[in-house]
Amino acid sequence: MGILFDLLLAFALLWSAWRAIALTDPASAVVQFIVFGLLMALAWARLRAPDIALAEAAIGAGLTGALLLDGLGTLRTGQRQRDEQHGSRP
Amino acid sequence: MKRIAGAAVMLSAGILAMALVVSMFELPPPAVRLPQMVQEKLPQSGVEHPVTAVLLNFRGYDTLLEVAVLLLALLGMLAGERPRPAAPDRAPTDPVLPGLTRFLVPLMGLTAVYLLWAGAHRPGGAFQAAAVLAAAAVLLHLTDLLPAWTSLRLRLRTGLAGGLLVFITVAAWLLGEGRLLQYPVAHAGSLILFIEVALTISLGLILAGLFLFLPDDDERRR
Repeated sequence: MGILFDLLLAFALLWSAWRAIALTDPASAVVQFIVFGLLMALAWARLRAPDIALAEAAIGAGLTGALLLDGLGTLRTGQRQRDEQHGSRP
Repeated sequence: MKRIAGAAVMLSAGILAMALVVSMFELPPPAVRLPQMVQEKLPQSGVEHPVTAVLLNFRGYDTLLEVAVLLLALLGMLAGERPRPAAPDRAPTDPVLPGLTRFLVPLMGLTAVYLLWAGAHRPGGAFQAAAVLAAAAVLLHLTDLLPAWTSLRLRLRTGLAGGLLVFITVAAWLLGEGRLLQYPVAHAGSLILFIEVALTISLGLILAGLFLFLPDDDERRR
């Protein structure tokens, strides 16, 4: 049972890592990155390293994810304002 | 052409990965058994959890520099003030999010204090506690309960640099007694707790600062 879970976890990690870099939509990529961070925290917990798991969940997935989402929002707002300034056609 | 290049990159990455796996299995057994050494010296460290003992005592120097790096990262971000377009007016948020935040933030504060205290004998410690505090601040900011930090007032400066200053002060004081960051065995526990409390506050502020140090939206509109 344990080995099955580990294999599934390893596969999910590789899959989410691949999706995070392969997705062309930045918003989906960021969400995938957060998912990857949470799975990574789970992997550290399985490796009996709860300290690293805590740090990964809080900083890797939580804060970095929030910062990436914030950056995404800033990029979009900037894009919209540039469009308005240049009077982009609908 | 592009496909061939892609295939070549994939192939070489695959070969590299295989080589890494193979070399990992061929590694000689480590000459120094570090976990054993940590376990032997644990009673002298002042804490009961090996990870905290390594981070704050045996390799305290590394942690000191790590905190300095985090502070420098924030200072670097503040030095290059980014032009940030004003955020669009938010739609009135539904009452669930602020309500839940008001309920969660005190619990997060409690969790941070618990993590800090637990660091002495089980997984936890200053970094994790600080991350929880920072997450609470970000949550408060996102629900408009806490405005962005627009200026560096003295209190905020003290809070940001305090952890590193306390750490350096303790290190300098211990330098007079013997070696850098070699705690006297009798006071190691309380010294570590003292440093960790200061680190938690500072690191929490630094991590939150990465998110909250933005020109105020109202300020920019004026």
